[in-house]
Amino acid sequence: MRKPKLPGVIGGLGITFKTMLKPAVTVQYPHEREDPPTRARGVIALKEENCTVCMLCGRSCPDWCIYIEGHKEKRPPRREGGRDRTVSVLDRFDIDYALCMYCGICVEVCPFDALFWSPDYEYSESNIAKLLHDKRKLGEWMETVPEPEPLEIGAEVKK
Amino acid sequence: MIPAVHSLLALEIGWGTTLAIKTVMILMIVPLTALVLGYVFLLKMMSHMQSRLGPMDPGGFHGWFQLVGDGIKFIQKEDIIPGEADRRVFAIAPAIVVISTFLVFLVIPAGPDIVVKDLNVGVFYALAVSSLSVIGVLMAGWASANKFALLGALRAAAQLIAYELPLLLAVVGVVIQCGTMNLQGIVAFQSTGAIFGWSGIGFPLIFTQFIGFALFLIASQAELTQTPFDMPVAESELVAGYMVEYTGFRFLFFFIGEFGTAFAFSAIAATLYLGGWALPASWGISLGVMRFLGPLVLFAKIMAVSFLMFWVRFTYPRLREDQLQALAWKFLIPIGLINILLTGVFKVAF
Repeated sequence: MRKPKLPGVIGGLGITFKTMLKPAVTVQYPHEREDPPTRARGVIALKEENCTVCMLCGRSCPDWCIYIEGHKEKRPPRREGGRDRTVSVLDRFDIDYALCMYCGICVEVCPFDALFWSPDYEYSESNIAKLLHDKRKLGEWMETVPEPEPLEIGAEVKK
Repeated sequence: MIPAVHSLLALEIGWGTTLAIKTVMILMIVPLTALVLGYVFLLKMMSHMQSRLGPMDPGGFHGWFQLVGDGIKFIQKEDIIPGEADRRVFAIAPAIVVISTFLVFLVIPAGPDIVVKDLNVGVFYALAVSSLSVIGVLMAGWASANKFALLGALRAAAQLIAYELPLLLAVVGVVIQCGTMNLQGIVAFQSTGAIFGWSGIGFPLIFTQFIGFALFLIASQAELTQTPFDMPVAESELVAGYMVEYTGFRFLFFFIGEFGTAFAFSAIAATLYLGGWALPASWGISLGVMRFLGPLVLFAKIMAVSFLMFWVRFTYPRLREDQLQALAWKFLIPIGLINILLTGVFKVAF
């Protein structure tokens, strides 16, 4: 036999009363902080030594919010008697977070693992122009990038 | 009130001073109680029922200063009167709503002699005066020259008049049982009464008039235009009903009126059904002590009744306009009449 149910009108009062006695789920933000999940898309960080100024990120950005400038430098040859090597040096790497829409295409497209997602989210500014962050600032965010999560069981490890 | 002050300070207080003290008390009580109810229930209880905290920062301790700050903000705002509005009526309307609340507090006793005017027709007066606010609401809606305001005001008028009846019928049961309309008399009846000869907790009328108590709460919920009966201010249909054109301190008046009236109705319910300021006479507490304890006892009972009112308010969604009218005319009024009949029969039988 089915248990006789309370009418919904009374049950609703019970629900609100029970909810009132439970602790609230609110996090009092400036006083206490939640830890965002490790894969949260907070802000984009730059690992400068990996960057080869290939411009793929800047060209794939739908908002054109990445500004890259670089120049070529001669370096001594690796082997004795060889030709001088040419390396690209990054002069400027700015992301305009007033334009960025956090699509993550630049992070996906980077062939040398120079761009990473960081879960840091507290970088608001009082002036929209100050949201243009340079490579020094982007490099500082590298410290907040978490270690990649361990692979799932059975996943193929890249050789 | 005045003999209490006499006995406390051993002072001679003249007629003018008495009047001044009474006026100040009444003028203070409506905004203060509106603040208390607004903070305790609207800001805090509703938040916790929705699993959030509500304001926490203003004032340092659990956001107690939030409503005071809101009041200051409202006073600073520009007083806008629409160009097409009937300026004089538009300006007076909020005051009428608040005045009807002030007038209710005149007869509510908070102690053996703490009452502004101990009327013989106290219950009748309180209900008559509380329905004055309909006029203010209608004036506000009509004078705003806004179709939403007018619709809201008409809904309010239809609703307040419809629910005036069950309110009155519910109270008639109490009046029959006590044989008096004097609120002090009703309090005394409940304090000195006995349930089948046992006078341990006096005789709160909620035990015999529980139908009346439920009717009174439902009807007062509608009188206060609180959810589930808030069609006059239904924000999703009528923006804010009759208040839509009001800004600044005139809007604040409506807000104070709403919560002050909620407190007033809770006070009437606490007095009629829960024994008012009095503790059971058999406990043997002297009247001198009750002068100071009475207001606290009444306040505790009022908060209990307000808790019921606001609990319902924060739980239910809005009814439809026809459901609202059907509830009043098809259910509440017949039940009220049956309650009167039963009360009369039992009064004669016992």
